[in-house]
Amino acid sequence: MPALGVGVSQVSKQMGRTQALKRVDAAFAAGHVHGIIGPNGAGKTTLMRLLAGLLHPDKGAVSYSEQGEVVSSSQAKRVTGYFPQEPSLYPDLTCWEHLEFFRDLYGLPREAFAARAEELLQATDMAPFRDRPAGKLSGGMYKKLGLMCVLLNRPKLLLLDEPTVGVDPVSRQELWNLVYGFAGADMTVILSTSYMDEAARCAYVYVLDEGSLLASGAPRDVMQRFGVRDFAEIFLNHERK
Amino acid sequence: MNENEIVIRVKNLTVTFGTFRAVDNVSFEVYRGEIFGFLGANGAGKTTTMRTLCGILNPSGGKVEVGGKDVSSSTAVLKPRIGYMSQKFTLYPDLSVQENLRFAGSLYGMDEAQIDIRARKIKSFIGLPEHLSGPVGQLSGGVKQMAALAAALLHDPDFVFLDEPTAGTSPQTREAFWALIRRLAEQGKTIFVTTHYMDEAEYCGRIALMERGKMVAQGTPAELKKQFFPVKPLELSFSQPLIKQVRQALAEEGVASSVFGDCLRVRTADRAAFERATRPYQKGFSVYETEPTLEDVFLEAVSGGRGV
Repeated sequence: MPALGVGVSQVSKQMGRTQALKRVDAAFAAGHVHGIIGPNGAGKTTLMRLLAGLLHPDKGAVSYSEQGEVVSSSQAKRVTGYFPQEPSLYPDLTCWEHLEFFRDLYGLPREAFAARAEELLQATDMAPFRDRPAGKLSGGMYKKLGLMCVLLNRPKLLLLDEPTVGVDPVSRQELWNLVYGFAGADMTVILSTSYMDEAARCAYVYVLDEGSLLASGAPRDVMQRFGVRDFAEIFLNHERK
Repeated sequence: MNENEIVIRVKNLTVTFGTFRAVDNVSFEVYRGEIFGFLGANGAGKTTTMRTLCGILNPSGGKVEVGGKDVSSSTAVLKPRIGYMSQKFTLYPDLSVQENLRFAGSLYGMDEAQIDIRARKIKSFIGLPEHLSGPVGQLSGGVKQMAALAAALLHDPDFVFLDEPTAGTSPQTREAFWALIRRLAEQGKTIFVTTHYMDEAEYCGRIALMERGKMVAQGTPAELKKQFFPVKPLELSFSQPLIKQVRQALAEEGVASSVFGDCLRVRTADRAAFERATRPYQKGFSVYETEPTLEDVFLEAVSGGRGV
């Protein structure tokens, strides 16, 4: 099965007393690396959860497609991988035990699992740490383990909520390399970030502020449209208005 | 004010936890009124070094002088001159800003009248509203960070230590925060700051780069760029979808690259290897030299050819 495309049309979502998303339109084309960018409280996590099918919009719709054909949300869910921002791994399980845990969760056959697990350990340089408990990993390694767990199921749509937050520049670079290594014909990647300089690393960006989509498109086009040199300026100008 | 006066002197500092050397034979100096950026990967020893300079941890070896005094033997004299903002949020979430400031001030032996005068001054300097009545825990992330800065500055320290003060805050907060840092330095205060944001590191007068407890580079942002990039990085802009193939070909020549949308950034000085790898694809992209960033410096200095 090839990569999954996903779109939201006019989605609004209230979280508690906050209007987290306000009539947001976005189309995430299959096979690309998409970045949802915005400061804390912009609505990034809410949008990610809507895309993951964990939340439902108050208004508007989320739709999935495969090579132009509509895919139901329950079908889409089976091929979607979501790695949340909050620590969600088991601190006392080792890396390898996590992989086994997710193998059982996804019901993967043993042989396919062994090959994929090895491939992922190699790709992430995590092989030397396979017996280390998740609670004893550095920030960057923790994120890599989370990424391995979702990648084990070979998702067609990979959702990463702030995978690089609090991670040092070297580990950030490693995570981006992994993302670009996996994105392509059979995987769409959507990630969120509050690092403005990471916008330039995405094929397409979606600029979110206080629940509204300010702009979307290729990073260079978006900057040109706003007449700015970097993405931070967009938010600073928006604030001043 | 003497700009060249050394106020922090660290010589062969080593800090061990059990058998683990968190800081390994590190030496550097910081001048009065300087913004000194202390960078490194997670676990490089930044926080440990900072805590040693603040007198919270004792060195296992080497010498640390702040304001001309040995930190471990003059802790009591130095404490009032040091302000420290921890990476973790350390204000009491269920107390108001004013209550937190009173508490912080009383720890430094200030009386209530002194605290109120200083609190008013520091709040206006930082731009915190005079009356923030609610508990700190309910304030927005940016205001919380500013309140934590106020607590660190309340006793008017000469040396200000900031451990990742802007982590996770909005561009607005970061901009405001750095404007304050610059004004503090202009007042002659010495700023020692850690950050993961390389665009912030550009604001520092000098930078030290740490890796696994050791110092790997030191200098002004311009000096470091020159040192690590005698040959400028290249940027490849693709007109055909060949990024994956070109990355693969570069990797086979041992050349690391990073994808930026439809561009590829290549940091290698080995132009011959670059030419060999990319020749078959030359029609698919245009290539130009680009200025190195501190992010490039960091990756080059710290990953040291680990291929990231």
